[in-house]
Amino acid sequence: MLGYILKRAISLTVSLCLASIIIFSVVEIAPGDPASFMLGINAQEDTIAALRAELGLDQDKLSRYFSWVSGMIKGDFGTSYTYRSPVSDMIKERIWVSLPLALYALLISTFIAFPAGIYAATQRGKAGDAAVMGATQFGIAIPNFWFAMILVVIFALKLRWFSAGGFVEWENGILLSLKSLTLPAIALALPQASILSRVMRSALIETLSEDYIRTARAKGFGKKAVIWRHALRNALIPVLTIIGLQFSFLMAGAIIIEQVFFLPGLGRLVFQAITQRDLIVVESVVMLLVFAVITVNFIVDVAYAVVDPRLRRRV
Amino acid sequence: MKNNSLILGGLLSALVVIAALVSFLWVPFDITQLSIPDKLQTPNEVHWLGTDHFGRDILSMIMIGARTSLAVAILAVGIGFFIGVPLGLAAATKKNSLLDETIMRTNDLIFAFPSLVIAILITALFGAGAMNAIIAIGIFNIPVFARVSRGAALSLWQKEFILAARVSGKSDLRISAEHIFPNIANLLIVQGTIQFSLGILAEAGLSYVGLGTQPPVPSWGRMLADSQTMVSFAPHLAIIPGSAIIVTVLGLNLMGDGLRDLLDPRVRRSRE
Repeated sequence: MLGYILKRAISLTVSLCLASIIIFSVVEIAPGDPASFMLGINAQEDTIAALRAELGLDQDKLSRYFSWVSGMIKGDFGTSYTYRSPVSDMIKERIWVSLPLALYALLISTFIAFPAGIYAATQRGKAGDAAVMGATQFGIAIPNFWFAMILVVIFALKLRWFSAGGFVEWENGILLSLKSLTLPAIALALPQASILSRVMRSALIETLSEDYIRTARAKGFGKKAVIWRHALRNALIPVLTIIGLQFSFLMAGAIIIEQVFFLPGLGRLVFQAITQRDLIVVESVVMLLVFAVITVNFIVDVAYAVVDPRLRRRV
Repeated sequence: MKNNSLILGGLLSALVVIAALVSFLWVPFDITQLSIPDKLQTPNEVHWLGTDHFGRDILSMIMIGARTSLAVAILAVGIGFFIGVPLGLAAATKKNSLLDETIMRTNDLIFAFPSLVIAILITALFGAGAMNAIIAIGIFNIPVFARVSRGAALSLWQKEFILAARVSGKSDLRISAEHIFPNIANLLIVQGTIQFSLGILAEAGLSYVGLGTQPPVPSWGRMLADSQTMVSFAPHLAIIPGSAIIVTVLGLNLMGDGLRDLLDPRVRRSRE
């Protein structure tokens, strides 16, 4: 077991190192100098050079890479070129919008997907199953930013139940903050709920065809009891994997939804930083998101190995 | 049910493809001609899908937009297919070798990157436009095709007919090209349809934030972005391009499901 964890930890470290090299390289080879970008087209050469020196852009690439990585390990993500404030502070501020938004969306998605998937599986081949599957096909096909626009028109502009955009800070009341995240969370949750319903349905159908389910039925358990006591628990493994993956996606994938609702989250931060050539912010936020995905995958792998010893031997 | 998916999906996809192809020869109105007096008309006899804020015919823009969406998605899938499949086949040929490990770990690494953020990063840093959008979307198709083709090829390498081909002295490359590839083609077609629909959504998303196809070339995502400030008084500006995206993605997904049912006997059996 320890050997397995060690192997996975080495693989995790290598992945993180490679990811940091890739992110740094993509941003480095991109055309456009941040200093020239910040000062505009009429800037003098010496002014640009002075700013480059101030931002540390005059150093060679290798030392800049190492100072970026070593800084990140210590929690220092550098200073934003545009806002001149520490990137770590900006991330801390924004993560309190993105993280709750992702969790909220995940909660909505799970609340829709579980009953829908279980219902479809129990109604397999019948009209109810077809209706749920048809609805999930629609859910997957709808672009979430379009759905967000439609939600704004109906619930913000026509019914005036929610605001059309912006975020109410947590200090002004948790309920108000949650209210401002409701429409974005619904928009984000729709495609995820559709995917999760389908996974839930097929996992449950597969579990229901197992021998132990037949045994339970033969022992006289009712259909409902078998589903709730035996099938559902076993069907949860693939469903939880997808929920884990969706969480990472929701953290990073909210970038367009945050644009639609003018939410000051990580997605909007990285989008603004990209357009303003604030490369240090871009590098750090992307690295943070990749770190989250790789670490979540690592934890899931190790947790599986603890639960199921067969998986340890596969690697 | 399986045939219904394929038929419905095929019909919806055909509708979009025909609209895109017809747009090369004919569109109801010239979209380069602005006509402010005709602006923001709701669907009527002259303009079947209405007009936008510049008085341009929305049906014509949707038809040309279909061309843009399909072209970007096809090329992005092409990148994934032509790079990913050979990599997956090579990895399967040398299972557990350094080559296999390198290819698969690189795949895992690409999967760890938030695709949308990276696509936005690439298009923003290297210039907004259809070509960079194609590359950005295509990069994330590579590991998908590599993984699918490796997985399918690995099980085929255990089969007797492959052993027979090896005994007859064929090289790994020839076996991969002549025996493995034709046998996994069905699976790749199904995966291709799924990636194609994801490509349509990604292109729309990139164009929506202004990093995909650039004006004056119409794109559905761009039309949605333009409609955002007018959606409260001219909802058709958002509903029509949105519906075009939904119809295309729905058509492709249904077709993918139908094809999988038709081509993969295991899925067919499990559904029956």
